[in-house]
Amino acid sequence: MSSGPVLLIGTRKGAWLLTGDAQRGAWTETEPMFLGHIVHHAVLDPRDQRTMLLATRTGHLGPTVFRSVDLGQSWTEAARPPAFAAGDPLERSLRAVFWLSPGHADEPGVWYAGGSPQGLFRTEDGGDTWVPVAGWNDHARWADWAEWPEEGTPDGSMLHSVCIDPRDSGHLYLGLSGGGVFESVDGGADWAPLNAGSLALFFPDPEPEYGHDPHCVRLHPLQPDRLYQQNHCGIYRMDRPDARWIRIGDNMPEEIGDIGFPIELHPRDPDTAWVFPMDGTDVWPRTSPDGRPAVYVTRDAGESWSRQDAGLPERAWLTVKRQAMTLDDRDPVGVYFGTTSGELWASTDEGERWTMIASHLPEIYSVEFADPVDRPS
Amino acid sequence: MNVRIPSPLRSYTDQRAVVEAEGSTVGALLVDLDDHHPGLRFRMVDEQGRLRPHMKVFVNADMVRDLETPVSRGDEITIMQALSGG
Repeated sequence: MSSGPVLLIGTRKGAWLLTGDAQRGAWTETEPMFLGHIVHHAVLDPRDQRTMLLATRTGHLGPTVFRSVDLGQSWTEAARPPAFAAGDPLERSLRAVFWLSPGHADEPGVWYAGGSPQGLFRTEDGGDTWVPVAGWNDHARWADWAEWPEEGTPDGSMLHSVCIDPRDSGHLYLGLSGGGVFESVDGGADWAPLNAGSLALFFPDPEPEYGHDPHCVRLHPLQPDRLYQQNHCGIYRMDRPDARWIRIGDNMPEEIGDIGFPIELHPRDPDTAWVFPMDGTDVWPRTSPDGRPAVYVTRDAGESWSRQDAGLPERAWLTVKRQAMTLDDRDPVGVYFGTTSGELWASTDEGERWTMIASHLPEIYSVEFADPVDRPS
Repeated sequence: MNVRIPSPLRSYTDQRAVVEAEGSTVGALLVDLDDHHPGLRFRMVDEQGRLRPHMKVFVNADMVRDLETPVSRGDEITIMQALSGG
């Protein structure tokens, strides 16, 4: 049996699993699952390495969550999918389950889901029944923070990047596009903005208390006081208890800039992170700057960045969405990203050399590393 | 009453294109439908009781948006959706 990594791929038209061999040199692709359904996110529970949740909808059918304990051989729909409360004073209805985050290691069965619009939902039974997190969804400031009922982003506003402090299950961070980064220290009962130092250049005041557009926020599990974010307006780091973001993207080459969607952290080195820069000039093409795709890595917490483009096309206009980059836990670390043009690229040497391991897929929305106890048959 | 089910919702009806449901209104009929085919209703009606965009319900030949629309024995209900999106 292979001990290679498994990649869970969510696309605009279904989900696929890609299984690598032990050397990560040969990859096997499954048949599509949920073909034609929009799959925003598919995540395997790292705690039991068996439960997989998948957030889906279609252009017409409402959002829901499916659960599999056999790596997609069979699926069961949530008996009570994420939804705002009936009779909600703001009359909100959930358009999409956009993000899935397994809960704290000491809370097996707990997951969080982020929605569009920016609702937060929680399950305690491994994804079968979900309830709104009232402390967030019904917070007196929610409508201001979420810019309700405006839709600040082209595909609709969403809640993402639910980060849980491994030292304290009640210490949570989340990201809103738009809205900013928010923190709770009481298990989600109350929240506060955490955006000082990050820019929101689309407002007259570029440093408001909230209203920012963090694209992806990550907390390092081995150094939980360290946060990184790839924002609409730059790449940032924060080391708590400081409460001010430092723009480490200023150290990127000027001609590349520091605009993009994903940011991924080395599982064993809090100083190492990868980003995929995209063109944020003019009308914001959000493709590789100058059509020359590259990943950039920092190994000193953002003080400097190195270009990694060996094996990537010399000219290509690639777009990588916020959930479409992931790392495995091998040594050296494997780095993976999926493009909106349906290509999946892999590096088994921490970004030094890239190989395309899947192509001709639909628009890729998410790529997640999984290390299941059983491999796909 | 017979209810015609469009293909995207037939995963809830064991792939049956026509199923039976009871109720005095369209909304009540959809609740009864969900009792027998759990999960179906939330895919077409949101948590505030509104028919989702692009979902259409016909009572005989008449398209209705109001879930309080009365129905009676002998009516034929058709659920449809505009397959847009590309």
